Amino acid sequence: MAVEQPDRDSYTGYLTTGHEWSGLKELDTPVPRVLYFFLTLAFLFSVGYWVLMPAWPLGVTYTRGLLGTDQRALVKASLQDAALERGVWSKRIETEDFAAIQSDPKLMDVVRETGRTLFGNNCAACHGVDVKGGPGFPNLTTTSWLWGGKPEDIFNTIRVGVNSAHPDTHVSQMPAFGRDQMLAHKEELDVVSYVYALSHPGAKDVDPVKVEAGKALFAANCTACHGPDAKGNPDVGAPNLTDRFWIYGGDFETIDTTVWGGRQGHMPTWESRLSKLDRKILTLYVVDKRMPGP
Amino acid sequence: MIAQLTLIERQRAILISLAVTVCGGLIIIVGRDDVMGVHGALIFLSGLLMIFRIGGSYYLPEPSGDRLAHYYDDPSKVGIILSMAWAVIGLAVGDWVAWQLVDPDLTFGVGWSSFGRLRPAHTTSVIFGFGGNALIATSFYVMQRTSRARLPDQVTPWFVVFGYNLFCLLAVTGYLMGITQSKEYAEPEWYTDLWLVVVWVTYFVLYLRTLARRKEPHIYVSNWYYMAFILVVAILHIVNNLAVPVSLGHSKSYSAFSGVQDAMTQWWYGHNAVAFFLTAGFLGMMYYFLPMRAGRPIFSYRMSIISFWGITFFYMWAGSHHLHYTALPQWVQTLGMTFSLMLLIPSWASAGNVLLTLNGAWDKVRDDATLRFMMVAGVFYGLTTFEGSFMAIRSVNSLSHYTDWTIGHVHAGALGWVAMITFGSIYACVPWLWKRERMYSPGLVEAHFWLALSGSVIYVFAMWNSGVVQGLMWRTYNESGTLAYSFIDTLIAMHPYYIARAVGGLLFLIGGCLGVYNIWMTIKVPGLSTNQASDVPQPAAVGAGVLQAAE
Repeated sequence: MAVEQPDRDSYTGYLTTGHEWSGLKELDTPVPRVLYFFLTLAFLFSVGYWVLMPAWPLGVTYTRGLLGTDQRALVKASLQDAALERGVWSKRIETEDFAAIQSDPKLMDVVRETGRTLFGNNCAACHGVDVKGGPGFPNLTTTSWLWGGKPEDIFNTIRVGVNSAHPDTHVSQMPAFGRDQMLAHKEELDVVSYVYALSHPGAKDVDPVKVEAGKALFAANCTACHGPDAKGNPDVGAPNLTDRFWIYGGDFETIDTTVWGGRQGHMPTWESRLSKLDRKILTLYVVDKRMPGP
Repeated sequence: MIAQLTLIERQRAILISLAVTVCGGLIIIVGRDDVMGVHGALIFLSGLLMIFRIGGSYYLPEPSGDRLAHYYDDPSKVGIILSMAWAVIGLAVGDWVAWQLVDPDLTFGVGWSSFGRLRPAHTTSVIFGFGGNALIATSFYVMQRTSRARLPDQVTPWFVVFGYNLFCLLAVTGYLMGITQSKEYAEPEWYTDLWLVVVWVTYFVLYLRTLARRKEPHIYVSNWYYMAFILVVAILHIVNNLAVPVSLGHSKSYSAFSGVQDAMTQWWYGHNAVAFFLTAGFLGMMYYFLPMRAGRPIFSYRMSIISFWGITFFYMWAGSHHLHYTALPQWVQTLGMTFSLMLLIPSWASAGNVLLTLNGAWDKVRDDATLRFMMVAGVFYGLTTFEGSFMAIRSVNSLSHYTDWTIGHVHAGALGWVAMITFGSIYACVPWLWKRERMYSPGLVEAHFWLALSGSVIYVFAMWNSGVVQGLMWRTYNESGTLAYSFIDTLIAMHPYYIARAVGGLLFLIGGCLGVYNIWMTIKVPGLSTNQASDVPQPAAVGAGVLQAAE
């Protein structure tokens, strides 16, 4: 039998391993030194890290590491540090009354800066990044407030919510006058005409006869909540119907939809989700965003 | 296809299909009050379809004994076609969800098209549909050739291919109907999981049976990787999916694990799915098709060994790096991080080994887009494994975690490495399988290459930018010591990158469509190659492959 010639790759000059799989061969190239170097380096780094940090399980406990670090303690400490840093202003906002804070430009700078992200993360989904609300969600930059526009009122609304799960929640419901047949269709249209005219003085597109008829119906059905002058009542969350601000829309069609099917808005309670400090900042932020004038 | 089956094999295939049909019927009955019943109908129809398909050709003449002289490549052919079909579906859905992130209204208001349902449909279609079919198809192809042994029978491989695709179909349709167990990359519910166990164990046994018939004394590197892929995926799948269904007639189940143990099990699974499904299997592909296409021997057998054992050993520990700074005990995080760092060395050794294999064939890389696909895959593999180890460092992870950086990282791996090596291998394999001189249009392969490369680069750069911007915005504090940006601010900042990402994905999708057309035309247009008889075992080279006394 002929002596086997070792199979040498002509390009690299290395021998093959002598194996061959349907045309495939492998070179017997030695492992580059640098590979062992980095493997050792990575291992030594790991050993060092294991010695210093919590690393290996030992039954019911584990090796604590020479540095004695504990991620839970570290987080706790950094949270405390951060709270301490904020203490220069947070204590004052927490304890001082709204008027005092509002008169301090430095504190109000903090409110504007911090309130923007707080509002963006918690309120903007409904009330909009610009605080101007949208269909179904009140515009908070107006002077028209369902549950009162004083800082104390707003603070309380944020705390308890509207029709929420909070025991002290604001409760409010506009009945479905049309659907539940409290008003006949003609009566409903009369009331809507009246309400439309209230906020559109001098409007030419409503029938004065209907408006007049609606006035009597309004007095009989709506004043309990909206008041005899239709300017609303913050005790029951009934909106002012004489201004130009509308939650669901002030056009004839939408008012008709509201009177027909009723409305029941919802705002969550934030008492258990945001700290008192955060709720106070939000209150002041919203008040600060309010448009000047009526 | 069926003409190749012997009468006994046709009978067995019908029996198996009948069993599947009966199972489908039972699921229809017990699951009639649940969406599970829809799946029962799907299984029932699949079984019925197979019975009619085989039954229709039942009386064809039996194949001659001549077939045994050739490798059995029909399952590989079907697997590759299915793989490309899933690729187009998966990439299209992926690009759709990318555009949904640009404009959330692109769900068109129906439940099944919401982001939460389409996203797993995308990941399952590309990973399991596209990747899995390519792995199964190429593993049959490579195993037979490197063992010089034919698949042991002609029914089992079909069971594996079609059974696996039934699993993919049940998974994806399930998500669209709202069925999920909410474990990333393991979303299918218990009955779909059980079906995959049956298919996968059959696949493993088939692989062992073929290996036992090998006429080569040594097992080629590719087969180590394919074996590791099949074995470990079986273990991962079974352990992570241990669950108790609320009833046998209901798709909902509860995991055997809860809390942080559940999270750890899930990410032990999740990271090793990356390791053994998306890495080991595709390394097996790379180790065969790249040197074959380049016509070069593997650079170093010794490096192959070190890389293989390094990768299989280190990866097993790395999963906890997905849970840095969570309720997971810190010591588990430490182990995850350090093993991830050590993992870089064998990963780069693999990448180096295949790239150095190209020494002496770089002129081919320049001229041949197919080989270039594989070369670029190797480069992306190196980049992604570096990035992965880097992101596993706790302090880096505190910035990168939960951001788009992770999405960028996973797509550098999925697009740049996994998809590129698959396209390269398929372009190499298709002419060999269908006995053509070359692909129908090398120009289209070239176009596909540049579309895929530019798509990947745009995608990855967009997500790097988006992720780092996002991570930095999340941790920026203003002078008062409170957060400087709200979440919505970060979304506005990410918007342009989301557009770029969706454009990158679109390029990648167009490339995939070109690939499908090119492969279809290669198969359709006759043009028999004379110099390829690649389904016949090649004679062993002189002095090699023969059992020697010492071995």
